[in-house]
Order: sequence, then structure tokens, then C-alpha cells
Amino acid sequence: MPRRRARVATASGLHARPASLVTRKAAEGGHPVLIGREGEPGVDASSILSVMGLRLQHGDQIELSSTSEDAEALLDELAALLESDLDLVEQA
Amino acid sequence: MTTVDAAPAGALAAGTVLAGIGVGRGVALAPVALVAAPPAIPADEPAPADPAAAEARLRAVLAEVGDDLRARSAATPNADLRSMLEAAATMAGDPALAAEAARLVHAGTGPATALDQAVEGFAAVFTAAGGDLAERATDLRSVRHRAVARLLGVPEPGLAPLDAPAVVVADDLSPADTAALDLSKVAAIVTELGGPTSHTAIVAGQLGLPCVVRVAGATGLAAGTPVLVDAAAGTVEVSPAAEAADRVARRAQDEAVVAAVTGPGATADGHEVPLLANVGTPDDARSAAPRTEGVGLFRTEVLFLDARTEPAVADQTAAYAEVIEAYAGRKVVIRTLDAGADKPLAFATQADEENPALGVRGYRLVRSLPGIVTRQLEALGAAVRALPAERQADVWVMAPMIATPAEARAFASAAREVGIVKVGVMVEVPAAALLAEAILAEVDFVSLGTNDLAQYTMAADRLRGELADLLDPWQPAVLSLVAATASAGVRVGKPVGVCGESASDPLMALVLAGLGITSLSMAAGRVPAARYALRSLTLEACRALAAAALAAPDAASARAAVRAGLDADVARVLLGED
Repeated sequence: MPRRRARVATASGLHARPASLVTRKAAEGGHPVLIGREGEPGVDASSILSVMGLRLQHGDQIELSSTSEDAEALLDELAALLESDLDLVEQA
Repeated sequence: MTTVDAAPAGALAAGTVLAGIGVGRGVALAPVALVAAPPAIPADEPAPADPAAAEARLRAVLAEVGDDLRARSAATPNADLRSMLEAAATMAGDPALAAEAARLVHAGTGPATALDQAVEGFAAVFTAAGGDLAERATDLRSVRHRAVARLLGVPEPGLAPLDAPAVVVADDLSPADTAALDLSKVAAIVTELGGPTSHTAIVAGQLGLPCVVRVAGATGLAAGTPVLVDAAAGTVEVSPAAEAADRVARRAQDEAVVAAVTGPGATADGHEVPLLANVGTPDDARSAAPRTEGVGLFRTEVLFLDARTEPAVADQTAAYAEVIEAYAGRKVVIRTLDAGADKPLAFATQADEENPALGVRGYRLVRSLPGIVTRQLEALGAAVRALPAERQADVWVMAPMIATPAEARAFASAAREVGIVKVGVMVEVPAAALLAEAILAEVDFVSLGTNDLAQYTMAADRLRGELADLLDPWQPAVLSLVAATASAGVRVGKPVGVCGESASDPLMALVLAGLGITSLSMAAGRVPAARYALRSLTLEACRALAAAALAAPDAASARAAVRAGLDADVARVLLGED
């Protein structure tokens, strides 16, 4: 089962807009992905309500996982997204 | 014709007259547009017979709501509203929301209850987080309201866009509902709840729209039914007979008679009673300025209540200056912030109060948040000092919720220190009315807020529509406090104005003039009727009417006594009597 670790790089934390960038990518990826703080049970990474509910802050260590063996590339992309400062990303 | 006082079971027969409390004097004939309230979840919703089908229906409804919100978002020109609708659409399509609702349905919960519980689960997390997330809880609940309405097959909350003039019928209208109305298409407003001093009524008064509140059975009207709304009579007639159009036309002629009286407010023998406007924003002031002699009440809280942070002193000064300039050369009475637990400030934490109307509100904020009071006075002082010397006395500043002469003295000294020339206080607490002379010794003027004065005198909550009879400004106890304050003003030779809604009842305007009130302030739309009424009688006649009203044993007979003293033509025009 593929897993990735990442540290939240967005300075203001994963509030509504940065969270939506992550959940949109997860939803488009086509594989089930869980996201959560390391050591805690994850939530559906394509759910904006769940991801906002985590209230992830700058510097939080998180873990991504998927039950799909084909999700390796998607997890790489999501980890990279989380490790960039999403406040600097223009809204699509 | 039959009159009903409870919601009937079926459709209302043509000619049925629903009774309520009229606000203003207008009359309108137009079809009903219903504003649906958020649907209630049935307390005993049965477990779904086929959970798989119920889940499919739930998911379909959420998808429909998402599509609908996205379409609305695309169609709205307002950027804020657009992004709110877009965010709500994303929530409607959220996989975790659907999954949680589906889980509950499979565990034997009815679909509407399941959706409600799923939404509340997420909303509770958001609300607990506070700030930005707490606001998302509102978006999320708007999704719940829409989806539950579809599940239950009831109308969605809110009002569909109007394409032709309509009578807007609602349980009650929140400020947000009112903001969403296309006012150019609103012929009249009818509410089942509310009261003559509720938000709906005040807004209708500002816009000059006929309005009837507390109309039992109003929300039972079918959309599209033509109704005749008569604010002067306080009635809503269902599918009126053809002659109704004549009545509307005749009333329009009477309104033309009223509108033809121009010039300053004065009695027939020339005793002047300036007619001033109640305003909340610089826009209100610019719109009212050509129709009124000054501002009798500028409610500054509008600047504060919508703000996420305290408005900067310079920004406040600029807003005050805009209103002052709209009325350059005329009097502008500015009331300092009237906020409290009942009108909370987003940027300052205030303790929850069990009795907010009796708590830290109005000038009492000086006890808990003195900085806000001080900075507002600084801003007002700067606006006054920026004026040429001969205009500085045009700006009158008063504090709300004063109960003692000591409070009046403290406010007056703080206000004069920053350069405010004319300082006053509101008389809306009975204690202040009883000690009006001692309070007037501390300040240059007072202004009676009759809505709150009635609330506090009669110990009846302004927001409880079912107590409207106790809140009637014609109540003898309220009238006698008004009279005591007015005569204190006459004795010491200082102005005593009235800025509550009672000033806008033309019969009351005659009584107030007779009591010695020196100016009347009201929604600008109500000024013409007050002007017409005053012009119809001499000051001596007004004094006689005031004495008759004060001698009456109850509110209804006080008003009837004044009505009986009017010339028949004047009564017909003012009261819309046929």
C-alpha cells in the first residue's frame, strides 16, 4: 500500500482555498487517498469538508496513503503540492 | 367578505381578508411571491424501506443542489455572492458528506434526518474552529436547507428571482433575505411574524413600501395569487374583486394630495416642527436629503456591525463627513454606536447575556469596551473640527441608552473635549424620562427613542411580535413619559425631538407637536404624510388632541380620540378610509 509523508508548507495553514487545491487534485486522480496527521487515522483527501476539518497548520507532519497500488504517482503529486506554499499559487 | 385569524387548511377563497398590523400607508395590488423558510426535519421521519434507493435519492439530490448552486453562481454579478455560491456548490458535491449521510441511511435513519446529522457533524467541527471556518458552517447549512427541501418535496428556502412586481410574503425576512430582494420588483411586503418595529418593517418604511406584519395565515397564500395589500388598514385581501383596482387608484390620488404639500414641517398657523430623516449610511442620507429638512437620527452602528475589524478613526470620520456633507447647511443628529449583546460586534468579544436588552448596550459599552467609544468620539470630533466654524453647530451628537444624569454628564464632557459643539442623549430608558430635567441640565438636547422607551416602559420585548399591543406607542404610560420629557424641554428651553417610529404615525405626529416636541425624525418615505397632517391643524388644535390622547384610558381610545378630532377629508386621506 503506497504511503508518503509530507510537511505542510502553506504559511497560513490549509484553510479553505489551499485545501480546495489539494482536494481537487485528489478527486481528479481517480484513486482513493487518505490524508491525516502522522499516527492518526486519515480522512478522504478528496473531501473539502474533511480536509478543512483537520485544520492542518504550517509545519504539521502528515501522511498520505492509498489502497490502490497504482496511486504512487498521484501520492507524489499530492505530497509535492502539500510541500509548496499554496498561498502563492494563483487560483485556477 | 370573511375575516380569518388562523391559517386555513385549503386555498383561501377570493375576497378573504387577512388581518395584521400595517406599517406605513401605501396600498398595492400584485401577485404573491412566497419566500420559503428553511424546511424543518420531521421529528418522526421513518426509517427508509429501501436503504439503497434512499441513498441513491440522497446522492441525486446533493448533485442537483450542487448543479443549481453552480448555475446561480455563474449567473450572479456580485463577486462575493458568486464565490459563496461556488463554495456551497463544492460542499454539496463533497464525497465525505454523501458517504456519512449514506452510512446513516443504511443504519436506519430517515434520509432528511441523515443529511441533517451529517451536515451538523461537519458544521460542529467548523463552528468550534471559529473564524473563517465558522463562516463555512453557514454555507454548509444552506446546502442542507436546499437538499432537505428537495428530499421532502417542499419549496426551497429563499425567493426565486422576480420577473414582475410582486407582493413578497414570508414568515419573516432576515436582513440577508432583504438584501437579496430586487427591490424594483417588490410591490409590498407581508410577513406572518415580526412586528411594527422589526427589521422588515423598518426597511419597508425606508423604501416607502406598503407592509403588513403579523398576518396570520399569510404563508398559506398560494404563489401567484393576486392580493391587495393595504398598509393603512393593516389588511391583505385575497383575489380582490375588480373594484379593488379603483380603490388602488383612488388611494394613489390621495397620495398625490399628500405629496403636493411641500415646504418645512409646520402646523397650519406656522408653528415649525422640522421633519427629519432616520438614516444608516451615507447612501441613505444622499437619497433622503432632497426630501427632508435634516437628519434626526444617523445610526452609526451600521458602519460597525458589518465590519470584521473596528473601522479606523480616519475611515469613520470620512463616513460621518459624507452624511454631514449630504446635508450641508442643515442639522445632522448623529447617534453614537448602539451595539451590545443583541447587536454583537464581530471584532470585539462581548459576554453572552441572558437579557441583552437590559445589558451592556449603547453608551454602556464605555464600561466594557471604552476604547471603541473613545475612538468613535475622536472620529466625530475630527469631522466637526474639519467644518468651518459657522457650520460646527449643525452637527449634533447623542449617546444611546442613557439612564442617569451622571452618564449624560460623562458623555457630554467627553464629547465637548474633542470639539463637538452640540451634545445630547437619547431618552429611551424610563429612568431618563423621569429625570429629563436633570438630564437636560447636562446636555444641549435630548431625543426620544419611542421604540425602546415603549419596550422598557411596558417590559415587553420589541422582537416579540405577540406583544405588539403592549409596545403600542399610544399606550398611556408611554405617552405620559413622552409628555413629561417634552414639558421638561419646554421648561428649560432646550430641544426635545422624537426619532422613534412613532413619529411617522401622522396622528401621533399631531400629538407630539401638541406636547411641545421640537422635531420629528422618521424614515424619509413617511415624511410627506406627517407634513400633510401637521399642515391640516393649528398648534392650538394639536394641543387639544394631545390632551385628549393623554386623558384616554388605553391605546385604542387615545388614537380614536385623535382620529375624532380630524376633519373628515384629512382622515380619509391620512388613514385610507373609504
